[in-house]
Amino acid sequence: MKVEIVNKERPVLSEKAKAEIQTVIGYYPEGKSKSAILRVLHIVEEEAGGWLSPDTMDMVAEILNITAIEVYEVATFYTMFNLHPVGKYVFEVCHTGPCMLVGSDNIIKYIEDKLNIKVGGTTSDGMFTLKTAECLGACGYGPMLQCGKFYHEHLTPEKVDELIEACRRDEVKIY
Amino acid sequence: MGRKLLLEHIDVPGIETFEVYRQKGGYRSVEKALKSMSPDEVVEEVKKSGLRGRGGAGFPTGMKWSFLAKPEGVPRYLLCNADESEPGTFKDRYLMQYLPHLLIEGMIVSSFALGTNLSYIYIRGEYLFVLEILEKAIAEAYANGFLGKNILGTGYDLDLRVSPGGGAYICGEETALIESLEGKRGNPRIKPPFPAVKGLWGCPTVVNNVESLATVVPIINMGADEYVKIGTEQSRGTKLISACGNLERPGVYEIDLGLSVEEFIYGDDWCRGIKNGKQLKALVPGGSSVPILPTHLITKTANGDTRFMSYESLSDGGFASGSMLGSGGFIAFDEDQCIVRNTWNFTRFYAHESCGQCSPCREGTAWMEKVLWRIENGEGTMEDIALLEDINKKIEGNTICPLGDAAAWPVASAIRHFREEFEWHIKHPQEAMSRNYGLLKGATV
Ligand SMILES: Cc1cc2nc3c(=O)[nH]c(=O)nc-3n(C[C@H](O)[C@H](O)[C@H](O)COP(=O)(O)O)c2cc1C
Ligand code: SF4
Ligand code: FES
Repeated sequence: MKVEIVNKERPVLSEKAKAEIQTVIGYYPEGKSKSAILRVLHIVEEEAGGWLSPDTMDMVAEILNITAIEVYEVATFYTMFNLHPVGKYVFEVCHTGPCMLVGSDNIIKYIEDKLNIKVGGTTSDGMFTLKTAECLGACGYGPMLQCGKFYHEHLTPEKVDELIEACRRDEVKIY
Repeated sequence: MGRKLLLEHIDVPGIETFEVYRQKGGYRSVEKALKSMSPDEVVEEVKKSGLRGRGGAGFPTGMKWSFLAKPEGVPRYLLCNADESEPGTFKDRYLMQYLPHLLIEGMIVSSFALGTNLSYIYIRGEYLFVLEILEKAIAEAYANGFLGKNILGTGYDLDLRVSPGGGAYICGEETALIESLEGKRGNPRIKPPFPAVKGLWGCPTVVNNVESLATVVPIINMGADEYVKIGTEQSRGTKLISACGNLERPGVYEIDLGLSVEEFIYGDDWCRGIKNGKQLKALVPGGSSVPILPTHLITKTANGDTRFMSYESLSDGGFASGSMLGSGGFIAFDEDQCIVRNTWNFTRFYAHESCGQCSPCREGTAWMEKVLWRIENGEGTMEDIALLEDINKKIEGNTICPLGDAAAWPVASAIRHFREEFEWHIKHPQEAMSRNYGLLKGATV
């Protein structure tokens, strides 16, 4: 991992997030709170604007009473966690076999051209990041993408246009 | 339409709520098992039903349960494998999203049978929206006395929780799942010890697929004697099939095991043939890890017998001319699809998902991806085909977990059945490139 100390500030967790963290730690037996790490990382990432800085991960280590390296190990292994800043809307287009059979490559290319970015890139206004993902369990409804928590299926260029417009109008739910 | 044991009420409005689910006869199996059966009787019933694991390997569920060690004073755990990441497979999500209470019901009965007081559903991180649906349903089950202390006044206590992953196919492998649930990287463990002896937090553990656990509900409700009347001798009951690729009507279907492959692909009740009136070229019947079948081995076996949707018929002919039922991820390819390109795509998937612990898997998958990319893009040589076969042999059987084999089989079977297409790519580099519609090289797919 390329360690980039971008902010020295830790995200200020909302009361709701704090309560949720307490609840989910309680889902595991005494002394096993490390098991809550993935759930806590998802919660904290959402609070921190969609990505995990080293400072944010250090905070998670303190919450779970484990060492920072244990958090880095996990955050770098699982592909869902963003270790660098991302746009407000992250489009993760599935590019695995079944989606490829029904045209995911064309959708990826269409989004690249439309937003003028490559896979992995973020638009200069910080609105959109384009990524690819491996099979998201929606193979019968492809091409598809995930944006935040939600799936957008049966994509066509027109549907992509609509989605992008809706994002710009702030009408797309991410969490 | 086939009989529906799992999906019977899927179209009922509000079936995701406790109230409607209960009105439709939900949670009867919990009442029956907890009030009138002993845990061992439930295990026996599941054994008798012939249920085979629906996660991919098809191991008999009742037998797996009977291996669970039960040392005095040590907790044991039941984990539901909802990691569902095998390309082509999307039936567990369907079940959890629309029938969350069915899985919860199955988990209560199964936990009772195994004597666990704390069970988890480990769900892939991308399904966080499904996690919310499950947690809502679990809260309802607690509120109605089906979870928590002294369930239905029987003295049995059970807590059920959902725990998410973070994006890693390998966490579907049961020991990687356990590592992940312990809050670590998903590196599979060396076996033995098996989870049945030493699993979650070092305690005896059973890991079962979502569909396997949901199927316990109809088995208990109707009794194993009735259940075994459905399906074939080696493949009892119904199975969810997630059909995708170039089909007229892709989606999740519940079939009686033993339905013919031809009927499933072309029948009006099922997939209704290949999209846009095209011809069927190839089939991957059980998720990306199983061998691909060429046209002439799809509806018939090498002996000319009808091919059925069952464990034994799909694997008829072994790896030479058969495949596997696997997870039920049914992927159809039309005549326009490029086998080399698809093989490269699947190999990239495994290279991406290898946890990296064993060199044959880590290096071998990445190397195969490179070689396949080369062939697909008109830069391959004839030696590359032999090289692929050689790498394949060096991965197979030489790794900690079966992901290595899962990566090797699709490549081996693609070369076995479509060697000419590989050779064509090598001999006609320009045409091979133009087949890619100029996309592959330019796009960062
Ligand atoms: C690499 C790999 C990935 C797997 N992924 C899954 C999965 O996503 N879901 C699943 O149920 N089983 C998966 N399995 C199989 C599990 O290890 C295990 O056999 C299964 O959950 C047992 O449940 P069952 O007996 O009810 O089928 C996977 C196995 C391997 C080797
Ligand atoms: S076979 Fe691959 S995925 Fe499995 S343990 Fe080895 S490196 Fe990891
Ligand atoms: S291949 Fe795209 S969701 Fe499965």
